Amino acid sequence: MADNVNLACNLGRGLTIANPVMSASGTFGYGTEFADIVDLNRLGAIIVKGTTLSPREGNPYPRMAETPSGMLNAVGLQNKGVDFFVENIYPQIKDYDTPIIVNVSGSSPEDYAEVCRRLSSLPKVVAVEINISCPNVKQGGMAFGTTCHGAELITSTARAAWNRHLIVKLSPNVTDITEIACAAEASGADSLSLVNTFLGMAIDVEKRRPVLSTITGGLSGPCIRPIAVRMVWQVAKAVKIPVIGLGGIMNGRDALEFIMAGASAIEIGTANFVYPDVTTRVIDEITDWCSRHSVTSLSEIRGII
Amino acid sequence: MKYLLDFTLTDIHPTGAGDAMLRLTPVDPVRGGNALRQVSAGQFVNIHVPQSHSTFLRRPISICDVCTDTLTLTLFVKDAGAATHTLCNANSGEQFNILLPLGNGFSFDSSIKSPLLVAGGVGIAPMLFLAKQMKKAGITPTMLLGAVSADRLILTEKLSELGEVNIATNDGSAGERGLVTEHSALQRQWDSIYCCGPLPMMKAVAGEALKKEISCQVSLENVMACGLGACLCCVEDTRHGNVCVCKEGPVFNIKELKWQTM
Repeated sequence: MADNVNLACNLGRGLTIANPVMSASGTFGYGTEFADIVDLNRLGAIIVKGTTLSPREGNPYPRMAETPSGMLNAVGLQNKGVDFFVENIYPQIKDYDTPIIVNVSGSSPEDYAEVCRRLSSLPKVVAVEINISCPNVKQGGMAFGTTCHGAELITSTARAAWNRHLIVKLSPNVTDITEIACAAEASGADSLSLVNTFLGMAIDVEKRRPVLSTITGGLSGPCIRPIAVRMVWQVAKAVKIPVIGLGGIMNGRDALEFIMAGASAIEIGTANFVYPDVTTRVIDEITDWCSRHSVTSLSEIRGII
Repeated sequence: MKYLLDFTLTDIHPTGAGDAMLRLTPVDPVRGGNALRQVSAGQFVNIHVPQSHSTFLRRPISICDVCTDTLTLTLFVKDAGAATHTLCNANSGEQFNILLPLGNGFSFDSSIKSPLLVAGGVGIAPMLFLAKQMKKAGITPTMLLGAVSADRLILTEKLSELGEVNIATNDGSAGERGLVTEHSALQRQWDSIYCCGPLPMMKAVAGEALKKEISCQVSLENVMACGLGACLCCVEDTRHGNVCVCKEGPVFNIKELKWQTM
């Protein structure tokens, strides 16, 4: 039906993806968790779970609260560390016909740089996504993403340690996201992904206690989508590098909203929990929309608003 | 192998207090048959329920029974909120998208001779398939079931076809009055205990098992989202650190857990 639709995107510095649909970090494990349900070879890229220099146990349970059209999480970057990824996870996923992007977090600039250096030996890791926006850790994380200085510091340090494509993932928990976006761009980011989760909170009124062990957590899901679309639209106008949009995408229509707002590609996160096959369905729905509207390349609609 | 499949609700029976027993059959009999043949006792499904104002995620429900001849999946659903209320009031013919089979179920081998299956409330549901699997392996299980009152007990007739059923109710309307942990059956000789129910009950049973050095497995129900080990929301603090209940559990040997009361 749609042989004439070309969804490929070149995001620069070696990151070319067959279609704009990527899995968002922390919602898709390492891809293997979904391999029975999703043909991983069809994805634009797999962005794997946030990876830190040392193993992290994450925050205590409870870590999740369901909210209207979304959820709060406070996982706190639980992962087994970059060396475990290199030795045990990468061999399991390197042979999929899909680029791998590793989401990198740390509590100091040097942490980010060292994780990037250790990933450099893995040829299928075509890009890192530098997470300066995790709201669920005490040190680092969002602290770096809420000031221009922090964003510059982490971006430039990671840039010096990583010569492939560098994505910087931005926090929406700021007054003016375009300032942070411009700071990351000026410090060497090849592209920007936005938005990470919004800081939120839920209270169990029967127990008169916060639902999450950490009191606050990150809000995601379709409830945040209109804010995310607005921020992508603002940032896409403010920077010259490609913007990757995410925030509550549940279907192809939602993905197209981000693309029309200026996103070059999109990530699907929380929707994976509700519709485990959503990633490939979104590819099909974008293709179908393009066919119906005689659009042969997403460049025809990108940033038209 | 996990499957994401549509199932049709073939019949639904209210069981009291708004709860219901649902029987479903896969729309695609070939893939559905493959999925159902893989189910082991203690595994669960993650079922998509039409969204309401307050609900968004799928609902993890333990598998009560499976019949691979008639391609029937039986789920017992407790009316505990908006999504489960929708499920408990669904009509025959409605379709639901189900991710299955998930997690690791109960494990047993033919060397066990006297297993006790201890369950309370909604936790009785997975014991039916476990008791059937044991019976098939030539093992006769004994059941110890607890509920608030007689009208909240489920599956007692079916379970009594598979082994001796002991009952404890809080109000004494059936069996012995009190909690399952106070029931005389718990004091008899068992070589293994399989437990599913409210957390305080499981912790008390686990404490008894540890004291008497009896092998004991419990089924946890930590709040979860994906059911696949991706979101890392449902973690339990174990001797191996935080592990996903959905993937490494829901059934754990109590020796793996770090329960404070034990």
